[in-house]
Amino acid sequence: MSIFIDRNTRVIVQGITGRDGSFHARAMREYGTQVVGGVTPGKGGEEVDGIPVFNSVEQAVKETHANSSIIFVPARFATDALFEAIAAELELVVCIAEGIPTLDMVRVLDYAKGKKTRVLGPNCPGGISPGKAKLGIMPAASFKQGCVGVVSRSGTLTYEIASHTAEFGQSTVIGIGGDPVIGTNFIDCLEMFEQDPETKAIVMVGEIGGTDEERAAEFVKERVKKPVLGFIAGQTAPPGKRMGHAGAIISGGSGTAEGKVKALEAAGIEVVYEPEEVAEKLKEKLTDL
Amino acid sequence: MKIHEYQAKEIFREVGIPVPREKVASSAKEAMAIAQGLGLPVVIKAQVLVGGRGKAGGVKKVERLEDVEVIAGEILGMSIKGLKVRKVLVSECADIEKEFYLGFIVDRANQCPVLMASAAGGIEIEQVAKETPKKILKVQIDPGAGLLGFQARNIGMELLGNIKQALAFTGIAQKLYRVFLEQDCSLIEINPLVRLNDGSLLALDAKVNFDDNGLFRHRDNEGLRDVDSEEPKEVEAKQAGLSYIKLEGNVGCVVNGAGLAMATMDLIKRYGGEPANFLDVGGSSSPEKMKTAMSIILSDPNVKAILVNIFGGITRCDDIANGLLQVAKEIDIKVPVIARLTGTHSGKALEILAGTRVLPVKTMAGGVKKAVELAGGEK
Repeated sequence: MSIFIDRNTRVIVQGITGRDGSFHARAMREYGTQVVGGVTPGKGGEEVDGIPVFNSVEQAVKETHANSSIIFVPARFATDALFEAIAAELELVVCIAEGIPTLDMVRVLDYAKGKKTRVLGPNCPGGISPGKAKLGIMPAASFKQGCVGVVSRSGTLTYEIASHTAEFGQSTVIGIGGDPVIGTNFIDCLEMFEQDPETKAIVMVGEIGGTDEERAAEFVKERVKKPVLGFIAGQTAPPGKRMGHAGAIISGGSGTAEGKVKALEAAGIEVVYEPEEVAEKLKEKLTDL
Repeated sequence: MKIHEYQAKEIFREVGIPVPREKVASSAKEAMAIAQGLGLPVVIKAQVLVGGRGKAGGVKKVERLEDVEVIAGEILGMSIKGLKVRKVLVSECADIEKEFYLGFIVDRANQCPVLMASAAGGIEIEQVAKETPKKILKVQIDPGAGLLGFQARNIGMELLGNIKQALAFTGIAQKLYRVFLEQDCSLIEINPLVRLNDGSLLALDAKVNFDDNGLFRHRDNEGLRDVDSEEPKEVEAKQAGLSYIKLEGNVGCVVNGAGLAMATMDLIKRYGGEPANFLDVGGSSSPEKMKTAMSIILSDPNVKAILVNIFGGITRCDDIANGLLQVAKEIDIKVPVIARLTGTHSGKALEILAGTRVLPVKTMAGGVKKAVELAGGEK
């Protein structure tokens, strides 16, 4: 088992004729993901490396029976791409695009309420269930099938942390994205990892800004029995400055790393301060079992 | 992106939010002429993109015309929290009876816009939120339905206590919300929103922050940017597609990805050093980007060592290495450069860097330790 993504995931790539879209369509297919089609309005009928391109998501779904999509279009078109994927009732849509206006995401997620689509991202690396499929941009070689679930707000930091779980491998690794308003959050992933029989331990990687980590900590305290390790980036980040990610900002004294670490520890989550510590702590947790 | 009070008030004026009679001046002489036109007394307010200007002496009431030039001159010569005051707003004096707060932000947790209002106006709302959160009234706004009249009226009644004023409040709130949406703001606020002795309402101050991600839809707003208030190196970085923030330490770092960049800074601190900067070279980094990154960091005289920490995915380590090589050809790098390059094409990168002065390391922790040590350890 794994969460969200597996061998049965049938993916269409929105923006497949673009540079990033075509590159990652290929990389995902090489990894074993079922990439069944692509969408670029105006380029329907073409092919990218043998993958058929359609003019609309609706048409692509009809022809290919896709159940998921991944969005590589530039930010200014990504909002529309998200609406289209949600309207087509896909199960999962992963939005890689960075730079979507926050109020657009508010509208998109409002539109998604009560519909069946799970939105992952935006501004995220996607997800990978090692050995099965990847729906994202992460370097596949950095992951290996196993029993640790990883959920993170970051991209490359996720790869770094995941590399220190290599001894046990990963069930699924999910990057939820660095924007202030995102679809899938920590709690959604924690809940799925808790239920997933393959996942034996969970690593959550947070960063400054917002209160998602704090709410996730509450959830862990009440509902998660599996061991959880936490890491929070941005201990040295100055307040009021946006640290690369649109959502990574300490504003009005809230969203500090210190506050998040406290919340995690209060919930019984063991917090590590160096990526390398993840390896030893996991060993302790997983041999205790 | 932040804009000045006088620019925000210009937007308010256009949509019909009541603001004082006032004008912006860049010189003491200009301020004098404006005051003459408005009549005395006037309030002279420093236009700077930081809070706390009142406490810093950047807001002064002036009773006599002959004092205007001197006081405006003083404020125009000030620096507030490191920012030079280049403009002042000369404003008529209002007969304030009571100060309120009204603002809109996106509630991250609930993923919707929220109206915030308070009878504790005039002070920083973050402070109110921290010390007396009960004094802030909040209404969540349904993104589809928008701000509803009754929601604003109810808040208005609670704050102002009479329906006539509550209706005026509603009008202001709806106009403010419209600007918030139409201009893709991350924050819009009137603090204080004042009630005058005659019962009318006036936006005495204005704060409008635009969502950087929404600027592509509002090219005009780009023209409101005050480049003088921004750190020049941060502007240069942004133009090159990098995300850079200057800090006070001596260990420079070049990292791909914001999370990894923060984690690298944290580890530098943990091992006894101080990071000199935050720098995210972003994905698919070309040698040119790398060159800009290095030259920005090298322009900081505090920097005693540079750590390059790359986890290659889309970013190719050989691109990073080629960038480093080019910089080394063009600039005489006097500080040690430590490189940790792992992931995509890392083998190639190591070949490229063999025989150069760049010190390769295997792990992030190893690289940080080395960089802190070579920068001279603890400051």
